[in-house]
Amino acid sequence: MSTSTADAVVPYDEVIAEFDPVLGLEVHVELGTNTKMFCGCPTEFGAEPNTQVCPVCLGLPGSMPAVNATAVESAIRIGLALNCKIATWCRFARKNYFYPDMPKNFQTSQYDEPICYDGYLDVDVETDEGMKTFRVGIERAHMEEDTGKTSHQGGATGRIHGADYSLVDYNRAGIPLIEIVTKTIEGTGKYAPEVARAYVTALREILRGLGVSDVKMEQGSLRCDANVSLRPSPDAKLGTRTETKNVNSLRSIERAVRYEMTRQAAVLRAGGTIIQETRHWHEDTGITTSGREKSDAEDYRYFPEPDLVPIAPDPAWVEKLRSELPENPAVYQARLQAAWGISDFDMMAVVRSGALDLVAETVALGADQAAARKWWVGELTRIANDRAVELTELPITPADVARVEALVGEGALNDKLARQVIEGVLAGEGSPDEVVAARGLAVVSDDGPLLEAIDAALAESPDVAEKIRSGKVAAAGAIVGAVMKATRGQADAGRVRELLLERLGVSE
Amino acid sequence: MSETPSITREDVAHLAKLARIDLPPESLDHYAEQLAVILGAVAQVSEVAADDVPATSHPLPLVNVFREDVVRGSLTAEEALSGAPSVESDRFRVPRILDEA
Repeated sequence: MSTSTADAVVPYDEVIAEFDPVLGLEVHVELGTNTKMFCGCPTEFGAEPNTQVCPVCLGLPGSMPAVNATAVESAIRIGLALNCKIATWCRFARKNYFYPDMPKNFQTSQYDEPICYDGYLDVDVETDEGMKTFRVGIERAHMEEDTGKTSHQGGATGRIHGADYSLVDYNRAGIPLIEIVTKTIEGTGKYAPEVARAYVTALREILRGLGVSDVKMEQGSLRCDANVSLRPSPDAKLGTRTETKNVNSLRSIERAVRYEMTRQAAVLRAGGTIIQETRHWHEDTGITTSGREKSDAEDYRYFPEPDLVPIAPDPAWVEKLRSELPENPAVYQARLQAAWGISDFDMMAVVRSGALDLVAETVALGADQAAARKWWVGELTRIANDRAVELTELPITPADVARVEALVGEGALNDKLARQVIEGVLAGEGSPDEVVAARGLAVVSDDGPLLEAIDAALAESPDVAEKIRSGKVAAAGAIVGAVMKATRGQADAGRVRELLLERLGVSE
Repeated sequence: MSETPSITREDVAHLAKLARIDLPPESLDHYAEQLAVILGAVAQVSEVAADDVPATSHPLPLVNVFREDVVRGSLTAEEALSGAPSVESDRFRVPRILDEA
């Protein structure tokens, strides 16, 4: 039963002292094809309910599926990018179950003949001993179709338990999905949560680079299920695992794995046993709650899909696709890092915040790399975290940031005003130039008003003025501060200081 | 005729549960017997097919039958929902689901 009561947890360092974590990650990626996996329905996100459906994806009698060529090509390209072997012959299979998210009463998937298998992805994680590479084995990547969207009505919580009935929209049913399953990830020790996050981050970059998906976690086009288990030591047999679903951001993956480790440790330490079950991640409270136990109901009676013929990728085609793969994101990153001349640590910060493309675009639009990183990795990442959205979901573009930086470079804005402009853009007040105009933000560059403000400030604090005259230049800060305040931050502090010292006949 | 595969009462009960068929316990033996006969009939295939005959899932010797990724018309929501027993807000209304999610 679902419950919102938090389970007991063990402090993380104690978990690590007593247990060895083992992970398994399943990532579902919705392909960005024009049409569904087995029919010609469009795949637009956010369409009116049940307007992107047809007899095939509604499972109406007599309808026949036909495989989307682009989806197969995307699957192979994903496999190649993950160093997988590509099957020379494979089939689709029916996964049978009773749940109304698929109108056919089965999901067309692949069972024991995945199109891609046995690959790996190397991911970098920052450890106490510096950057370390962990190799995550890829068990398989197979083709399947997404399910419809059910919303549970009535009841108190809007969740399944307590719901009176459900409403189903089949627009998503049949959208091509690739499920990418890792081998068990061992040997990460205390870095298990970071490795999980780094893996999904790296995978997302690869998928983005391939252009096969828009990889928007918050819209569900990239979804991660995290299998976590603990064992007393690395040579002990694997512990019972739980599968945590609904992990919808990179940050959540790390948090969910960490939480599950601390929860399982508490159960095991108290002499209990871990139940093999699905658990739901709750972004707001940062905990997982029990979903359903895996039981014999989990018998999907897979069998080869009789309505589809096998897929047998021509090796020449596969090699052609291999030769056309884009630059590996790791290589791309190394290239950018060299161009920007920044440290591993700084580069990692960019990658971890998911800002790589945004920073690169901002730099390409003329901004300084340090300034671009300052905005995206600092200020904007903080705001995205506060709003619990992905950086790319903030209503601000690399062009906006580059424009703000250009204004700073021209001396039209100072740092404080630049922040206000960014704030305005995020608040939907328009482009940086529109925000500057509407809010009347501009550095006061005319010396007249500045001198007036300086004289006023000096008159307010004759003692400070005397100190400065007597050579205590450090005291100038108080007057500069007062002038900045009087001009509501719109003055160039350096210029104010110059004018002040000139006024008092003091040199630095 | 090959040896009749054995199907137990438990097998039938399990299959009934998976298929969401409410079988009364007294009928389990009856269906176990019938299913065993059907399986026996199908098992004759393995007598004919030697090891060099691969398992077949499709009668046509075809592979790679693909469709170009081009949008074709969908149904309207009205059409899609026209056969639904219950509809609400342009969605299929279904009974609440227990124990599965």
